[in-house]
Amino acid sequence: MSALRRAPWGLLAAVAALAVPLVGSRFYTFVATDVAIMALFAVSLNLLLGYTGLVSFGHAAYFGVGAYTTGLLMKKAGVAFLLAFPAAGVLAGLCALVFGFFCVRLTKIYFAMLTLAFAQIVWAICFKWNDVTGGEQGMPEIPYPDLAWMERLPVVGDLRTSDHFHLLTVVVVALCFWLLRRIVGSPFGRILTTIRENPERAEFIGVHVRRWELLAFVLSGAFAGLAGALFGIFNRGVFPDFVYWTKSSEVLIMTILGGMGYFYGPAVGALVLLVLNQQITSYTEYWPFVLGTILIVLLFAFPGGIVGALDAGCRRLAGLRRA
Amino acid sequence: MLEVRGVQKAFDGFQAVAGVSLAVARGEIAAIIGPNGAGKTTLFNLVTGHLRPDAGAVLLEGRDITGLPPHQVCRLGMGRSFQRTNIFPRLSVFQNVQAAFISHRGRGLDLLSRVDRLYRDEAEALLASLGLLERAGEMSGFLSHGAQKQLELGIALASEPKLLLLDEPTAGMSATETHETIRLISRIARERDLTLLFTEHDMDVVFSIAQRITVLHQGHVIAEGAPAEVRSDPEVRRVYLGERR
Amino acid sequence: MPDPSFLFAQALSGLTAAMFLFLIASGLTLIFGVLRVLNFAHGSFYMLGAYMAFQVVRWLGREPSSFWWAALGAAVGVAVLGGVVERLLLRHLYDKEELYQLLFTYALVLILSDAAKVLWGTGQLSVSRPPGLAGAFRFFGTTIPYYNLFILLLGPAIALLFWLALTRTRRGRFIRAAALDREMLGALGVNVSGLYTGVFVLGSFLAGLGGALVTPVKAIVPGMDVEIIVEAFIVVVIGGLGSFWGTFLGALIYGQVLSFGILIFPRFSIFSVFALMAVVLILRPWGLLGRPLKT
Repeated sequence: MSALRRAPWGLLAAVAALAVPLVGSRFYTFVATDVAIMALFAVSLNLLLGYTGLVSFGHAAYFGVGAYTTGLLMKKAGVAFLLAFPAAGVLAGLCALVFGFFCVRLTKIYFAMLTLAFAQIVWAICFKWNDVTGGEQGMPEIPYPDLAWMERLPVVGDLRTSDHFHLLTVVVVALCFWLLRRIVGSPFGRILTTIRENPERAEFIGVHVRRWELLAFVLSGAFAGLAGALFGIFNRGVFPDFVYWTKSSEVLIMTILGGMGYFYGPAVGALVLLVLNQQITSYTEYWPFVLGTILIVLLFAFPGGIVGALDAGCRRLAGLRRA
Repeated sequence: MLEVRGVQKAFDGFQAVAGVSLAVARGEIAAIIGPNGAGKTTLFNLVTGHLRPDAGAVLLEGRDITGLPPHQVCRLGMGRSFQRTNIFPRLSVFQNVQAAFISHRGRGLDLLSRVDRLYRDEAEALLASLGLLERAGEMSGFLSHGAQKQLELGIALASEPKLLLLDEPTAGMSATETHETIRLISRIARERDLTLLFTEHDMDVVFSIAQRITVLHQGHVIAEGAPAEVRSDPEVRRVYLGERR
Repeated sequence: MPDPSFLFAQALSGLTAAMFLFLIASGLTLIFGVLRVLNFAHGSFYMLGAYMAFQVVRWLGREPSSFWWAALGAAVGVAVLGGVVERLLLRHLYDKEELYQLLFTYALVLILSDAAKVLWGTGQLSVSRPPGLAGAFRFFGTTIPYYNLFILLLGPAIALLFWLALTRTRRGRFIRAAALDREMLGALGVNVSGLYTGVFVLGSFLAGLGGALVTPVKAIVPGMDVEIIVEAFIVVVIGGLGSFWGTFLGALIYGQVLSFGILIFPRFSIFSVFALMAVVLILRPWGLLGRPLKT
């Protein structure tokens, strides 16, 4: 294994992310926060997709539930972020428990379609329940968490509130990543991969496949909810399109673009996709066309995603050097 | 050890298994043979819980396991290898076996320990007894067919079964591989005091190690007993060799 | 008790919608049954059929027959596109995971929807009814346009035609066999890959035809691809993925649900449509006439 693989990529990325506000550009910080949150969203999906082998077309449901939970608690009930944030994960996890219970009884395309159906039901509820969710208008003006304590810190004390929130986001996301890393590197995680590889065989080493799939579904949904909570605040408002199927397709593409066979793959995918989106939409309105083309190139030329391609490239280089 | 009482299974009107009964004593090595389509694999699936019998019962050590799901049957002490090699292709040889240990020892819900070295000793010991230790780090999907079958045996053994069901363990193997596999299986059965039930097409294999043979034809048992008896049974000869009386 | 002629009108409109849905959904279910791919781009093919029909009518001018040529041309055009897509691109993904095939069809949706915007803009377009079927007649208290009657008769006619083709012709039998066991079929020496292309072309033809024929009734707008694919999904789920008559039945049922549902629940479409899909998938995932899933 080359030194390149063993480098603490996660740590490096976290440090880099923390340093972004120091550059002083509002725009860069904005993009960096966006990337961090979507990276968490994508890695949460990958627990289900890359590790357990379950394709969900409706992951945005839990993202949205998390966002609405935190939004509602903080805006309408004045609850502190410290409580509203974990609440998002809990509620999203519960939602995943209910939906997942029905979904894991199905396989393949039927599973995927039910996840989509559930997500669209959630969307319809958010879109129509004007009293609670604000309906089509959503919930604008979600307050920032109380970040006054940050102003007393050295180095970062003088930065803007949005920068402070960025730092908070990076720390929280890094913590979630650490947790997720532990989970996939645990005996539980190993069992998940057996389900991905061969569910029939997994049954006959004593694994109650449906139960483990449900567990993965719930964990995946909970972390997506946490990402949603952060996004609602970052976006200064929570809207129904957080739950729309296009959001689910976005995160799915990020995950595959980066590489679902690698833990940080989806995070890389989030970075690349968001940056590309920014750049391309400033030139043309035909971003879907570009995205579709990228997707096709990806599927045919780089099925392992960006990280997969890099990994293969490194391996080839190492092979050449040895020869 | 294992008792099958009058199990039946039909698919869309086709009676695959029509009232089969058999018994395997503890420590015995038993075989089920029969021409293609006789219902051997269906019978296996009924015993392991992959299929629910329309009628009849399956008992393991006297306990009724009819209709229990496969993962529970496995936990009650039954191991199985499948006809088409069933391993975890993108996991390493070591990880394949490790996963079985994790599940068997009940660590499947451990979300926070590190899994890298878990059950390393046990897994390596098992792999060594199968001759796969040097390949422990390789991706199992790249192994040769014979090695994959051995690995599959290892996965089944890691669950410490009392009864092992082997569905065509030497399918697709060369003469040398077959010979080695049979030697391995009998040695393992002896060492671990296993009860073995297997299906086979290769008659040499069957007659070399089976102590008891059940012959299936079109879903019925047409003969049963020690190898010598079965070999000379006229019904068996008719079915296999087309001999007339 | 609501006015019977009103009920009749609603039922009729539900039937008409059902026939359009059947045209599109039948292609979807055919492709899924044989290729095991849920073609997200099917709605895009439908949309392209509509746009192409519009274009051809524009080229041919106000001839009495120009609509029919346009419909045929559009269907053939979409079929050709489908064939090209399958032969050049999709077939290379068959040995990869199903997810890749699905994502590919999704990528097509993205590309085709923007392509349509580039070629025809984002405004609403329409095609007038063919002169031969322009009028309407009164029946049982309702005004029924002749064109709708035509569609009501065409739907079952096409269903019957396809059913005969699938059961009586050699190709048809191959198609049904491929849906059951493609490996065996290949082992028997049948040109399975050619069969796949053929099925995809056929499915696309149906989608394009559906899109072309709907133009006198519905406006051609961007977004019609997504709208129809969602409805097609529900139809095939209700009827059973891969089942031909199931799709017909599903379309009939869903057509009525659409028609009467809006009356009972004004806020019907967005919530209830997916709730219906979820209920079917939970209780009976293989739909009404599909094959029960292996557990």
